[in-house]
Amino acid sequence: MGRYLTTLKVFWIASLTAELEYQANFLIELVATAGNLVGSIFVLSLFYGRGQSLGGWSWEGALVVLGVYTLLEGITSTLLQPNLSTIVAHVRTGSLDFVLLKPIDSQFWLSARTFSPWGLPGIALGAGLIGYAAWKAGATPAPLTLLGAALMLVASLMILYSLWFVLAASSIWFVKIWNATEVLRSVLVAGRFPVSAFPAGLRAFFTFIVPVAFLTTVPAEAILGRASGPWLLAGGAVAIASVVASRWFWNFALRFYTSASS
Amino acid sequence: MRGALHQRLGHARRIAAVLLSSQYAYMLEYRAEIVLWALSGVLPFIMLGLWSAVDAGGGLGMSSLQLARYFLSAFVVRQFTIVWVMYTFEEDNLNGRLSPYLLQPLPLVWRYVAAHLSEQATRLPFVAMLVGLFFLLYPAAFWWPSLPSVLLAVLATLAAFALRFLMQFTLTMVCFWSEKASALERLLYLPYLYLSGLVAPLALYPEGVRAFAFWTPFPYMVDVPARILAGETVPVLQSFAAMAAWAALLLPINLLLWRRGLRHYSAMGA
Repeated sequence: MGRYLTTLKVFWIASLTAELEYQANFLIELVATAGNLVGSIFVLSLFYGRGQSLGGWSWEGALVVLGVYTLLEGITSTLLQPNLSTIVAHVRTGSLDFVLLKPIDSQFWLSARTFSPWGLPGIALGAGLIGYAAWKAGATPAPLTLLGAALMLVASLMILYSLWFVLAASSIWFVKIWNATEVLRSVLVAGRFPVSAFPAGLRAFFTFIVPVAFLTTVPAEAILGRASGPWLLAGGAVAIASVVASRWFWNFALRFYTSASS
Repeated sequence: MRGALHQRLGHARRIAAVLLSSQYAYMLEYRAEIVLWALSGVLPFIMLGLWSAVDAGGGLGMSSLQLARYFLSAFVVRQFTIVWVMYTFEEDNLNGRLSPYLLQPLPLVWRYVAAHLSEQATRLPFVAMLVGLFFLLYPAAFWWPSLPSVLLAVLATLAAFALRFLMQFTLTMVCFWSEKASALERLLYLPYLYLSGLVAPLALYPEGVRAFAFWTPFPYMVDVPARILAGETVPVLQSFAAMAAWAALLLPINLLLWRRGLRHYSAMGA
């Protein structure tokens, strides 16, 4: 365990130094993230401005969902996207061989090798929005609420990671479909809104097929202190199952990896 | 005199035919990727789900059928106005492919235009399939647009594509001075996303925001062509005039930056 932490530190300091070569990008990312947040709030206001609500959620509640989404987006561009988008290049050029030979777990190496600071504005803005909106909605920071919220956020991160990883790892078979993660990203946009705002068919799709509900709606319920036992349990179960599935899938995929012929 | 003009036109037509057919063959090789890019344009359908659930309570001023037709049209228009020239150009520049292209006796921009048009042709059957699937799931929304409105919508979509291409290509010129210029496209995408009508028909925007939006080029890139296709009444002449005005504004800037950029250009790579 300690060895993994030391390696992680070395990895991330190295990638941070490399990324800081492009400091103007930080400003651009900050403006883009903030602008995107303002745009999303504007879209929400289109619904609430005419006195309607989204699936029975209050305005503040919907803002918490948006905050969780922004936070997840930030983490996606900090860790998931920069790391997992390289799997396909490793497969195509055959450099996955070197990864597999390293004396460290290959899934860990592929998932945590780089760290891109450009998602940090999203993480900060998302956390800020969650805090503000939860306070406005009258949520109390009771220990039990905090614990539930933390658990559900971790569960949502585990699910998000597994979705990304499984899609990225499938490039072992289909080198050409690396942009499948773009499709995933565009579907996850639905997570900006409470899942109950969708018609029944889409709601089922976003709960059981692509579990967007567990990514943003369930954590937001937990933050607002009104998560029910069954949903918390379901969230935890889906999270553990998806991480185990991603692990199994990686081992399964590696059996089909035959290296790139030169 | 007429003979010379005739010869030049024939020459241009031959170049266009070769460019388009070779780019089309190239794009066909990547059709799996293009299908996925097409799928990643599902945003209008997600928004349709939200708006139609809200509409169940009534009081939107748009019927649920109108909403469904609008968002389906917005999806189709978006599919044929996607522009990615900045990313290709940046990659070509960083990999040193730009220099051999620039040596060819053909303005570089036409290579990219041909690539975009061929990519759209590759998309076409798949988009048609998705539209068919939509009507299968939601048969009540089916409609036959009249022939004039189809022609007009095609024209408006082409104009929207041209305008968006021109806009992004103008921004692309920053690549001559910076290595990571494509980050700027993220900024340009923001007003496009929220003002073009992808997330909601502009008719549902508050009066002030809508008036502001129509002073920008963005509503003409999705909202206007989509409403024409959906069979709604649109001030056609005024819209085309506005698009022409924006193009007339951007074109000289683009040409100026292109010339200065070329002078600044020093080949990248070995």
